[in-house]
Amino acid sequence: MKYIDEFRDPALARRLLAEIAARSTRPVCLMEFCGGHTHAIFRHGLRQMLPPTVQLRSGPGCPVCVTAGADLDRAIAVAGLPGVILTTFGDMLKVPGSRGSLQTARAAGADVRVVYSALDALHIARENPERAVVFLGVGFETTAPTVAAAVLKAQAEGLSNFYVLSLHKLTPPAMRAILDAGEVRLAGIIGPGHVTTVIGSAAWEFLPRDYRMPCAVAGFEPLDILHAVRALVEMAEEGRPAVVNAYSRSVRPEGNRVALEAMARVFEVSEAEWRGVGRLPASGLALRPEYARFDAARAFPVEVAPSGEPAGCRCGDVLRGVLEPPDCPLFRRVCTPADPVGPCMVSAEGACAAYYQYAA
Amino acid sequence: MCLAIPMRITSISGEMAQVEVGGVERPVSLALTPEARVGDYVLVHTGFAISVLDEQEALETLRLFEEIAQYDEAANPSVGEQAG
Repeated sequence: MKYIDEFRDPALARRLLAEIAARSTRPVCLMEFCGGHTHAIFRHGLRQMLPPTVQLRSGPGCPVCVTAGADLDRAIAVAGLPGVILTTFGDMLKVPGSRGSLQTARAAGADVRVVYSALDALHIARENPERAVVFLGVGFETTAPTVAAAVLKAQAEGLSNFYVLSLHKLTPPAMRAILDAGEVRLAGIIGPGHVTTVIGSAAWEFLPRDYRMPCAVAGFEPLDILHAVRALVEMAEEGRPAVVNAYSRSVRPEGNRVALEAMARVFEVSEAEWRGVGRLPASGLALRPEYARFDAARAFPVEVAPSGEPAGCRCGDVLRGVLEPPDCPLFRRVCTPADPVGPCMVSAEGACAAYYQYAA
Repeated sequence: MCLAIPMRITSISGEMAQVEVGGVERPVSLALTPEARVGDYVLVHTGFAISVLDEQEALETLRLFEEIAQYDEAANPSVGEQAG
């Protein structure tokens, strides 16, 4: 068992597709919350193989895409401060801010370094004791515990030059905001499998309870996604909303307790600004006062001019599932991965990037 | 940041492990999965294992799919033609 090929078995995929086609009698729109699912669905050609009654919409589950313009501008400003090394995950590098990106800041002399892990940023801090190493913390509940673990490690080692600029966000509040806005008529949610590995499938019980919305938590291989779609179609047909764990090899109802504890120890819940959605209460993570010495927002307060959406950019509508990328007037004509207008075209999990790469 | 890959632990030293996939080895932190053991498959995200994969659950899930009655492909050749 290697956990990849087994879940790509074409014969089993055909059976699942046949079941879905047989059970699906009325049109349903399902939201795949997570950008990783949008990409996987395209990569494996699932959209064309599902019956026409099943429509899929992508949601706001792309942490790079939902980073607010002002937050990015602040990160770019911090990167430009003397003595700072700004470390970041790769796909934040080319996201356009109001006045350039982290990449253009780097070209202008800022020390911006791409890292794969928060642990790499710790390593850079150890190697450069005279510099302030700021890690740009972008990501949902999958990533936040790893950054918390890095802060705890920095504390244990007595590192005094490591900082986190936390733009981390929580997914359930975004889900609520989308449903409360009522802009898209959804029959079910394909839940994010790796976020839920951390937060636990029980964290989604509010969907059937408060919204009568079925949720099937899915992994990222084709059989995982089809398994979740089948469960959602069944629940929609029977009017029987519930949370189904369709990724049981990784997801447990209680999630990963160690990861949740690390996250809760280092971070507290705060208000956050989501591109395309606005300010949401209790939807972000900020470093707790006990960890203030690692908080880049406190150590490097910067003022930035208010930022607006780039002219014509419809990322906000794409993130709320209201618009599909090909319907954005800038899509492909003006906005491309090489020359992006908004983050949805830049991020590895961006819906626009997925459509650009895979859709005819 | 949903990207996470199943990788097999080949050795453990303190909080760090060597993991392997496709013949390539790399270091990973087990800080979030202290229960992981050599030989386990873990899901790796940004340099950390975030869960230990449950082989029984994986086999059970595959069994569920196999139990779906064999679709009559002769009668309905158009379904899932592009699958895989």
